[in-house]
Amino acid sequence: MIEGLIEYGLVLFKTILDVIPILVLVIFFQLVVLREPFPHLKTVIIGSIYVVLGLSLFLLGLEKALFPIGNIMATQLSNPEFLGITEANPGTWASYYWIYIFAALIGFSSAIAEPSLIAVAIKAGEVSGGTISSWGLRLTVALGVSMAMALGTFRIVTGGSLVYYVLGVYIVILILTFFAPRKIIPLAYDSGGVTTSTVTVPIVAAIGLGLATSVPGRNPAIDGFGLIALACAFPIISLLSFALFSEMKMKMSKYKNR
Amino acid sequence: MNFGKKLLGILRKIRLAVTDLLPIILVIAFFQIFVVKQSLPQVGDVIFGSIMVVLGLMLFIEGLEMGLFPIGDAMANSLARKGSAFWLFTFAFLLGFSTTIAEPALIAVAEKAANVARDSQLIVGDEQVFKNYALGLRISVALSVGFAVMLGVFRIIKGWPLFYFIVVGYSIIMLATLVAPKEIIGLAFDSGGVTTSTITVPLVTALGVGLANIIKGRNPLLDGFGLIALASLMPMIFVMIYGLFWF
Repeated sequence: MIEGLIEYGLVLFKTILDVIPILVLVIFFQLVVLREPFPHLKTVIIGSIYVVLGLSLFLLGLEKALFPIGNIMATQLSNPEFLGITEANPGTWASYYWIYIFAALIGFSSAIAEPSLIAVAIKAGEVSGGTISSWGLRLTVALGVSMAMALGTFRIVTGGSLVYYVLGVYIVILILTFFAPRKIIPLAYDSGGVTTSTVTVPIVAAIGLGLATSVPGRNPAIDGFGLIALACAFPIISLLSFALFSEMKMKMSKYKNR
Repeated sequence: MNFGKKLLGILRKIRLAVTDLLPIILVIAFFQIFVVKQSLPQVGDVIFGSIMVVLGLMLFIEGLEMGLFPIGDAMANSLARKGSAFWLFTFAFLLGFSTTIAEPALIAVAEKAANVARDSQLIVGDEQVFKNYALGLRISVALSVGFAVMLGVFRIIKGWPLFYFIVVGYSIIMLATLVAPKEIIGLAFDSGGVTTSTITVPLVTALGVGLANIIKGRNPLLDGFGLIALASLMPMIFVMIYGLFWF
């Protein structure tokens, strides 16, 4: 119990260290530059304390519960024994099918649990006056992350060059950007940067590292990279395509009604 | 009655937080039971940890709406009303720079990247050179995020479409990918993802949307978002330039 409290205290301390630059900046601007009373000061202070306490609880819980299991699972699923791979029978890319499924599902579910994505989704729902549902946004982003994870683990297994994958993905993004409805573009690109945060990065990194270590001929230092890059890029693709698709559907129905 | 209402509200918030975390728990349970088929180590820790995660997420979301969003919004409002472009840009730059330079994820990535560069003989020299390399990397990423938020605020004021910035930015990245040293590319791509922390994102988003709300003729959806997009694009460019400069 006391050990647990000390652990919580440490995580809390780290979170407070994270907040200090922001705190100093906002207070400096309030006192020196703006020199005006802050609206609803009491609520804001209580809210900020909630954020710090909540985030440290969240991080510690993840460290205690989810990350260890995620790590164990990533290692177990890429274990040659589990995959039925021996030196005589090296297997093909298809032997690793459980890895792709696991990576896709865990990518999806960690994107749903990502606090920064929740924040952006709440704001987007507010601003759009309900035309963009925050759940719809999160589901579409999560779908993108799961595709990125499946493709990224496939790349590690087959050993393709990351540069070609990323260049290919960026070209698709640029083409989609030309045709997608303008209103969704800023939000789509924001969601890409936001997805990879406290929950997703450690789990994704564990899978990449575990897989690159157990697939013969891969270098963890080089091949472990890149999953995060794909996980950033694919939500942009899924959101832009979804917006493009629903715009086309709307145009089609208007055309029919005429 | 008031108490009952409060209790119902809290229960609803707990239910929402559970819904957010349910997928991850289901996936892990499914694989544990049906695929890996091994007993979980330390079941008690796992259950206790999951309860902490749910409570933590609930508190965070509550605090988001009470604290972080209003701070971003209020800063956008007062700075816009003050009407001084200098202070607005200074605030935007410092917000990006100061939250990134101390970011633990970035420190870890910079050290890892320095190790990779040393192992592959890209940087030769003593401990000091090695430390300078890691520090330089951190500073260039932090500068790039500060610059990105500043540029994003400038874009909101001008009302220019994000589209142009994206096309130019990605074209630069693709060109730089072709000439930058191979060892820095993976790092450059990943650096875009690690810079936006969970506390920075709501603040920056609220700042952008708040500015778009208060400046006449700006659409919060079209102009307010996009700050984070630039903040994850710019580090990739800066890191590749940094790589070209060193090697």
